[in-house]
Amino acid sequence: MKQNSVAVVGAAETTKMGKIPDVSVIGLHADAALNAMADAGLKPSDIDGVATAGISPVELAHYLGIKPTYADGTSVGGCSFMLHVRHAAAAINAGLAKTILITHGESGRSRVGAGGFGRAPSSLMGQFEMPYGVTSPPTMFTVPVLRYMKTYGVTEEDLANVAVVQREWAALNPRASFKDPITVDDVLNSPMIAWPFRMLMCCLVTDGGGALILTSADRARDFPQKPVYVLGTGESVETPMVSQMYDFTSSTAFKISGKKAFDEAGITHADVDHLMIYDAFAHLPLYGLEDLGFCKPGEAKDFIRERNTAIGGKLPLNTNGGGLSYMHSGMYGMYALQESVRQMRGTAAAQVKDARISIAHGVGGMFAASGTIVFTNRS
Amino acid sequence: MARILPEPTPETRHFWDGCRDGELRLQRCTDCNHTYFPPRAFCPSCASRKVEVYAASGRGVLWSYVINHRPRQDMGTEPYAIAVVKLDEGPTMMTNIVGCPQTPEALVLDMPVKVRFEKQTDDISLPLFEPAQS
Ligand SMILES: [Zn+2]
Repeated sequence: MKQNSVAVVGAAETTKMGKIPDVSVIGLHADAALNAMADAGLKPSDIDGVATAGISPVELAHYLGIKPTYADGTSVGGCSFMLHVRHAAAAINAGLAKTILITHGESGRSRVGAGGFGRAPSSLMGQFEMPYGVTSPPTMFTVPVLRYMKTYGVTEEDLANVAVVQREWAALNPRASFKDPITVDDVLNSPMIAWPFRMLMCCLVTDGGGALILTSADRARDFPQKPVYVLGTGESVETPMVSQMYDFTSSTAFKISGKKAFDEAGITHADVDHLMIYDAFAHLPLYGLEDLGFCKPGEAKDFIRERNTAIGGKLPLNTNGGGLSYMHSGMYGMYALQESVRQMRGTAAAQVKDARISIAHGVGGMFAASGTIVFTNRS
Repeated sequence: MARILPEPTPETRHFWDGCRDGELRLQRCTDCNHTYFPPRAFCPSCASRKVEVYAASGRGVLWSYVINHRPRQDMGTEPYAIAVVKLDEGPTMMTNIVGCPQTPEALVLDMPVKVRFEKQTDDISLPLFEPAQS
């Protein structure tokens, strides 16, 4: 994509977050969309492009009364929204639409109007993973991690430390689900979920949503909010089955998506002021820091232990508290994007001073897919 | 509650027939010699359609795993390992490790394992793995 040709002009999360038993999935999409439109000073009739995952863009458009010239239903898990941003940027540049709305909503906790988590027994996952007792993501996303730990000497304490540092960020965020400080011992004494993963190494399960509105950079200056420009983008997909990852110690999709985004943005790692790495589980920031090239393989654990990603560190990471402490409805990528936008607007609860470049990096499925967006607040 | 079982498709039928008959079957490309899993009608390395089914050794090493402490209803009430083995022929395969305690102490990465078929129905046997002598 062309650098800085497209900007985020509307961004918002659902009015409430956490436990929302009185709103269904599509209602959460709509609540976030209405908030984002209010943020941008737009009405549904001003929107000519829609993108969403979880539900169909058809459902979204009709529910909001939008008659679009562009629809993107890319659904590759929790990073789908990074891909939607990327596709929207290309679409706006190509003239397919002028003003594109991207929404997420999920009743992860209350399950109001939500579908199930089954796989057809004839699918590849149904044949070659389901028979062995996998359940929800805690028993799948975690499967490669012992190999990673053995290869690089990563310990359970290292995994626990990821959650501890992110809780420190969450303490600064009034909207975070968990704000009380925790120690490595607290994490290692929390209930066992799927060894070596304990409860505090696993994401929350909450209700919520978020929405973004993108338009061309030349129009962006006329909107009420400070524009946040899309500087570079990347995406990739890898495998529908975690047991078939190309390399258990590294995400190939992360590497491809991240490199593409850095190349498009024309930046180096030293240029990055703020980073979001989708953390459904404690190992994901470790893989992310390494596969994006911020650390050499095996060194992310030390990077975090040395407090480089903590408050006051040189690379503030997951400053909203992350999926481990802020919220996680199921497809968390939208919340990583929202925090990057807030940081670029200068409105984050834990604002990084003078931040100019922020990256939101997402994972989809169980290491199935990836999307990376580089934002900047400089045109 | 009956265990969740696979439903073979035309492309995977040979694999499940093999498990039923006590043979771990993989596929190999006759153009580039690449062995791959899960089954498909072409080589994922070079896209050739010239592939053959063969009986693999059934041996490999324990590659990675988790021990699920919240058992799925059809899997009983005790914690069990959801494992991946790396077969001697190259591919990785999800499975369960049987014939040993489901503990970190007993389940040591890189330990040799060999396949053991466990009959579920007349049509379906699952390829599970047990510790083996190296
Ligand atoms: Zn081949």
